Amino acid sequence: MSRAFSGKPADDLTIDALVRDELAPDDVRIHPDTLEAQAVVAERHGNPQLAANFRRAAELARFPESEILALYEALRPRRSTMDELDALADDLAARDAPRCAALVREAAAAYAARGLLR
Amino acid sequence: MLEQPVGRIRFMDEQQVNLDGFAREAPALGLVALRSPADPAPSLRVVDGVVVELDQKSRDDFDTIDRYIAAHGLDLTVAAEAMALGDVAAARLFVDPAVPRAEIVRLVAGMTPAKLARVVAELRPPELMMAMTKLRARRTPSNQAHVTNLLDDPLLLAADAATAAAYGFRELETTVPVLADAPSNAVAVTVGAAVGAAGVLVQCAVEEAMELEMGMRGLVSYAETVSLYGTEGVFVDGDDTPWSKALLTSGYASRGIKMRVSSGAGAEVLMAGAEGCSMLYLESRCVSLARAIGAQGVQNGGIDGASVAAAVPRGVRELMAENVMVMARNLESCSGNDALMSESHVRRTSRTLPILLAGSDFICSGFGSIQRYDNMFGPSNWNAEDIDDWLAMQRDWGVDGGLRTAAPESLGELRTRAVEAVRDVYRVLGLGDFTDEQLARAVDAAGSKELVPTDALAVLDAAQTIRSTGLTALDIARALHDTGHDEAASRVLAMVVARVQGDHLQTAAIFDEDMRVLSLVTDPNEYAGPGTGYEPSPARQAEIDGIRQERGVEDLRVSQSSFAGGFLTSSGPAAFGTDPRDVVIGVSPGVGRSVWKTLSGLLVVDVLQELLDGLEEEGCRARIVRINSTIDLGMVGLTAARLAGSGIGIGLQGKGTALIHRRDLPPLANLELYSMAPTLTPDMYRLLGANAGRHAKGATPVPARNPYTDEAIEARYHTSVIALVALERDCVDPAAAPEELRYAS
Repeated sequence: MSRAFSGKPADDLTIDALVRDELAPDDVRIHPDTLEAQAVVAERHGNPQLAANFRRAAELARFPESEILALYEALRPRRSTMDELDALADDLAARDAPRCAALVREAAAAYAARGLLR
Repeated sequence: MLEQPVGRIRFMDEQQVNLDGFAREAPALGLVALRSPADPAPSLRVVDGVVVELDQKSRDDFDTIDRYIAAHGLDLTVAAEAMALGDVAAARLFVDPAVPRAEIVRLVAGMTPAKLARVVAELRPPELMMAMTKLRARRTPSNQAHVTNLLDDPLLLAADAATAAAYGFRELETTVPVLADAPSNAVAVTVGAAVGAAGVLVQCAVEEAMELEMGMRGLVSYAETVSLYGTEGVFVDGDDTPWSKALLTSGYASRGIKMRVSSGAGAEVLMAGAEGCSMLYLESRCVSLARAIGAQGVQNGGIDGASVAAAVPRGVRELMAENVMVMARNLESCSGNDALMSESHVRRTSRTLPILLAGSDFICSGFGSIQRYDNMFGPSNWNAEDIDDWLAMQRDWGVDGGLRTAAPESLGELRTRAVEAVRDVYRVLGLGDFTDEQLARAVDAAGSKELVPTDALAVLDAAQTIRSTGLTALDIARALHDTGHDEAASRVLAMVVARVQGDHLQTAAIFDEDMRVLSLVTDPNEYAGPGTGYEPSPARQAEIDGIRQERGVEDLRVSQSSFAGGFLTSSGPAAFGTDPRDVVIGVSPGVGRSVWKTLSGLLVVDVLQELLDGLEEEGCRARIVRINSTIDLGMVGLTAARLAGSGIGIGLQGKGTALIHRRDLPPLANLELYSMAPTLTPDMYRLLGANAGRHAKGATPVPARNPYTDEAIEARYHTSVIALVALERDCVDPAAAPEELRYAS
């Protein structure tokens, strides 16, 4: 059975719990382990790219919303310098988000080649 | 001197289709559907597991799209086999029901964008339909609605969202004329959808970052406005790169939110960035990229650019081919039929019909469930104006187009619950107040022009409060529960609880009304020819068949009996007349028993009165006789004529069809005939009576003529005709003699 990001079992996520003020946003937030499990399912159904996406998502699942929005912003065209992207990738790698770090490094190389750095 | 074309051409110029623009193919501008000289020949070279050439481009020349696809979008273990297949050989696999979907998916994973475009371009329309039937991800087809209005009125949004859910739409997409209103629209549609049905997914299409923010708070439950483009220039103009989109895609998944990307023909042409390539090839790049970044699905089939594709030869075929490419790449297809692509009802139906018949994960990526003028995406190819047409088309073909009939008698109550829920949520959460008058108008309104003028600032205030207070779906569920909307509260909560499981993140997922996930994983399409694949359940078939306009013989019997009156009473067997001025009006067996009203809406007795008046004008003596042995109008008239002293009879069927007969004519002949019962008027019956009198006197009157109509009169009345004939048939007694009827007006 799945657990929410907060650790609460899915079965406890009821309207009664809500009314008792026992549900917080993290109780209806997906757990990284669940995303990993969904990645396995996607792989079994012929879509390794969807699986890779779920695994990147599992890394992001631990980050606050503002950080995800900032990361997205940093990857938009001509928003970041090479140094900034490098630093971002290092930071992600250091925080147990190697797949996202790899995505940023790959983007940095592509942006350098195609004139999309700031 | 400019010569005016002939009338035939002037007349044709006036037809709706000639409001549409038709473009000559112009490959340099990208105005070409399936293949352009600039499209690269498919190629793939791999060295040591690294793609060094993709569709004629070497690694050093890769743009960002090539680069991303080369790195992530191809299954190199199958690429050699897939690329070696001939285009036609591969296309045949798409169509062959003996080749399973999984085999196509396996091979296509190794095809470059140019290769897949070439293969799909080989498919002719019925072959595209076969491919779509076989290749769509989810077994059960579904449909998506637009729910918007000119005013961003929350009450009407909620009422219309509930209505759309009641009609069977499983995804609702809203958007805003005023960007800052977005959170208010999201809340209103989410609440309305929850009142309408369980498990309806909701999105609010706005700018990428705001859409993600609303998704994270559970104000919406899926996202779709994540645009991909087929050329790097247009992609960057759209302020994104493949990597930013990949990150965004993961961002949605990281919060358990369903998302798909959007692309589709015409976008690059409209931005003058097609680089001379065909629409199909550019879209193939988008679809490859969608798969490469890990999106589970694609909305394409010429979304905003549908009319651009439709302007060129084979453009509509290209739109459908786009959807098939998505399916072949093992992704969810939300298959266009979105923006209105023609002013012509014929053309817009032609554009959609093959996809409706084949079935798609979402047949429309935006059926305008509201009226055209309220659609803030612009009018859809299908709108509220067309919901009954859609239901009829589903029924005509026996296919599941995702919709069902919402019971008219319960819709008022449903819409009332929806607006009350929004009123209560807005009040409890401090978002605004509404008057009873506003509620009542929103319940009844067919569109926003029927509302009490909304205070635009009130909506904006509500939206800002939602955003600034960080309101979440939990707050909405709680507010619903606290104000007595328990069912809607549970449904809103269920949509965010589902995120914890994440099963709806898999390809082509929808929720059914019991919150079960139907997806590629749980409800896979396994079509393998006749007798396999999706077939509506008996209950679903009954929904498809049972449209509200359906009528049976019993309905007609009840309706006819409401017009019953004791004006015609039998006075015994009919006698042979001897008076040369004696004209007999023969009526069919059901008249005065079960049939009282003709198809034109006239009562049979009123018709008889006109006939009698006409005969009286000519100085004739008239009798009314019911012919009991036959319902055949010729025999009714001839029998009447043989009873008449003059040898002239009028035959009248209960449905209103009438003729003049003469005793020496064969049964199928007649002197004059009104066969178009629905369009007959009292004057016409009086003329028929008078003419019968003139025949009786040996004159040759100008014959009464059938009125002509160019309306689909048979479509309108044949159901009633069949039922009326059945009622008449029940009254036939072959052994019974004609009986004289006494008529009291």
